[in-house]
Amino acid sequence: MSSPTTTEIVARCQELYEDLHFTAARKWKEAEPGRKVIGYMPVYVPREIIHAAGMLPLGIVGGGDNLEVIHGDAYYQSYICRIPRSTIELGVTGRLDFVDGMLFPSICDVIRNLSGMWKMLFPEVYSKYFDVPQTYEDEIGGTFYTNEMAEFRKDLEEIGGRKITDEGLHKSIEVYNENRRIIRELYDQRAKTPWKVPAAEVYLVVRAGLVLPVEEHNELVLQYIEAAAKEDRPIRDNSRVVLTGLFCEQPPLNLIKSLELSGCYVVDDDLLLITRWLIGDVPTDGDPLHNLSQAFLHHSESTAAKYEPDLEEKGQFLVRAVKRTGAEGVIFASTSFCDPALLDRPMLQNVLKDAGIPFIAFKYAENSGQMQPIREQAGTFADSIKLWSAA
Amino acid sequence: MRVTTSTAQTTDVIKDASMIKQKQMMAAHYDRLTSARENGDKVVSTFVPGNLNELLMCFDLVNNLPEVNAIQNGLRRKSGAFVMEAERAGHSEDVCTYVKSDIGMMAKGNIGPNGKELPAPDVLMLSYTGCFTFLKWFELLREQYKCETIFLQTPYMADGKITPNMIQYMVKQFKEDVIPKLERISGVKFDIDRLREYLRKSAKAEDDLVYILQSGKHVRSPIDAYFGGIYYIGPIFGAFRGTDDAIEYYQFLKNEVDQRIAAGLGPVTPDGPMGEEKYRLVVEGPPNYTNFRQFWKMFYDEGATVVASSYTKVGGTYDYGFRHDPDRPLETLAEYCLGVYTNRSLPMRIDMLVDYINEYQADGLLINSIKSCNSFSAGQLLMMREVEKRTGKPAAFIETDLVDPRYFSAANVKNRLESYFQMIEQKRSGKGVAA
Repeated sequence: MSSPTTTEIVARCQELYEDLHFTAARKWKEAEPGRKVIGYMPVYVPREIIHAAGMLPLGIVGGGDNLEVIHGDAYYQSYICRIPRSTIELGVTGRLDFVDGMLFPSICDVIRNLSGMWKMLFPEVYSKYFDVPQTYEDEIGGTFYTNEMAEFRKDLEEIGGRKITDEGLHKSIEVYNENRRIIRELYDQRAKTPWKVPAAEVYLVVRAGLVLPVEEHNELVLQYIEAAAKEDRPIRDNSRVVLTGLFCEQPPLNLIKSLELSGCYVVDDDLLLITRWLIGDVPTDGDPLHNLSQAFLHHSESTAAKYEPDLEEKGQFLVRAVKRTGAEGVIFASTSFCDPALLDRPMLQNVLKDAGIPFIAFKYAENSGQMQPIREQAGTFADSIKLWSAA
Repeated sequence: MRVTTSTAQTTDVIKDASMIKQKQMMAAHYDRLTSARENGDKVVSTFVPGNLNELLMCFDLVNNLPEVNAIQNGLRRKSGAFVMEAERAGHSEDVCTYVKSDIGMMAKGNIGPNGKELPAPDVLMLSYTGCFTFLKWFELLREQYKCETIFLQTPYMADGKITPNMIQYMVKQFKEDVIPKLERISGVKFDIDRLREYLRKSAKAEDDLVYILQSGKHVRSPIDAYFGGIYYIGPIFGAFRGTDDAIEYYQFLKNEVDQRIAAGLGPVTPDGPMGEEKYRLVVEGPPNYTNFRQFWKMFYDEGATVVASSYTKVGGTYDYGFRHDPDRPLETLAEYCLGVYTNRSLPMRIDMLVDYINEYQADGLLINSIKSCNSFSAGQLLMMREVEKRTGKPAAFIETDLVDPRYFSAANVKNRLESYFQMIEQKRSGKGVAA
């Protein structure tokens, strides 16, 4: 049997992306009695523990631009972002009725409060606010986080009715190490040959991992990498940009496509950050929770939802991303009313100014429909980069 | 004792004697703050929820509260220009106006309410308690001041309980990070007995504060627990918890409240003693400060008294039994931070509001939803429906902002309030709640 083409792979991923009933995850659950599904929201949870419990971690990143929000708007004022309202819409319309638990990571006050709302709206579902340390000393934040994960492990053992062993956790860590390695390979491939690996395709391929078992996703990404390398796509005179600020509410697919159409090659981004949150492999021996904790404290990505204890280090992750990928500028795309991204933005922009890196900024919502202004803004930015670099 | 004073606003305001005393305390504090450099004092900036005043006093640090500065600027009608100044400098129109008022104030010379320049802090004590914005706010200030930032994380009480892991985490932060850094920065060695003494004083003032807040249970409440409550919480939420000044202030206030109860009097408003108590309300959410007096007047003109509020619990939920405990000095600081209102889960907040409506014999719940504050605001519409369902009392929703005058629409707020009072009347007369 021949390997699938990029078109075939992307078509499948697009189908998963558009499926707001999560059919793939439902089928996985129905395949064997007793299977459980645990949903999680951005930005990070240790999926390894869910996997080791024999459960399917299911990424819930809002409803996108295809979901009509009817009920969800009744829960939120106009000045609150869209992801909580579309997530509630998914819940109250029964689209998540097969989900046995929901995790609300520590990312902002809106998602934090949503954890309490979920408890009230769906009292029969396990619901957990997943607190993470914002201090990074091993004996302080590390111990706190290890204990929090131990509590979560115990909760899952009760839900699943089976023990989560250290050996099982090591195996799960290994399979997620592999997932992260493969996705980083994909990102590297895009940075090297962005014309062969369009950002919208990368997004869809990575996003498929939110609803598929990780083993299946590993296979899928590898197939895409192989197929994309064989593609003969024309090189355009685009500017290479890093896209940042999209770590929670997801942009419409059209927004990502519009950036490329307007003359930008996206060579790095913070979309679906959980898939690359931990940098490097997590050790697969010793105490697995301690290892996950160490990875979180010392080898994880920077984002606005995290405290940066070192002033000198603030925003340097963006400068490094620009250098690593050979980017020529940064696009700040932030969700409207997103406290973490919008409060962080001026500080990051100051760092870029100091480093002489050009940038632009705009806001979006997951259901933004009008792409023309964004296309014009990004197009002008791409053109101006070309002009500057030629000067 | 009542004194008539003249304010920046057009008409004379009748102030209760305790208000005068508090004003003097605040003025003295701001004078100490603005004279810190010449007096050789070191300055710490920190937040109200999760305020570690007793601990900071152990290091002879003068406490500067950017939230209170923003409130002062809101009350003095200066915050609007500061917010716009920050937006011109690149801050989003979508984010917290306390932050932007603070940043704008710095850009305009950092002048305090006493007309003198506030000193740059020697340290930022980032007590990350109940509000994500705090974390970013002090990263922004750190960028400006280039000073050391001490971080204290308070885990969120998501499951309605304080776990041993939470306490251990916080105590470790105190012992291994916060206190050693404060010692180094201040040059003062930590003395736990000094901390115990301050905590003892805190508990004493806290007893009186609870007595005052719970006097709202009297039918014909002697206090307004929202608008008046802002003043009542000032000393204990700010720079005075753990001081003799705070103890004296609350004793003074308690006596006044007792006198009002004995005389059958209601709250004191800026226009004098309040008339008939027609409506008893519980209010959720912070107030608007840019039009504070106008906002309050909409209530007392209609005979509406706020008998209990959640905002007066952002700096501590003392009425639920918490007292600073000198016998467990670090654990008690941790429990204090964990228990503040905005660090409580949504179900816990709903339980509190339901309790208030029942225990204070309120006619209903009013939510003042603040554009700036997602910590308070996200989920309030569900809270409103749940409280209505559980108490059978009508609830209403208005929207304003903390210190951004662009988001205070007096006509809209007044219309909503008038409709709400009609709704309460209908409910009382058994005609049901208007759709």
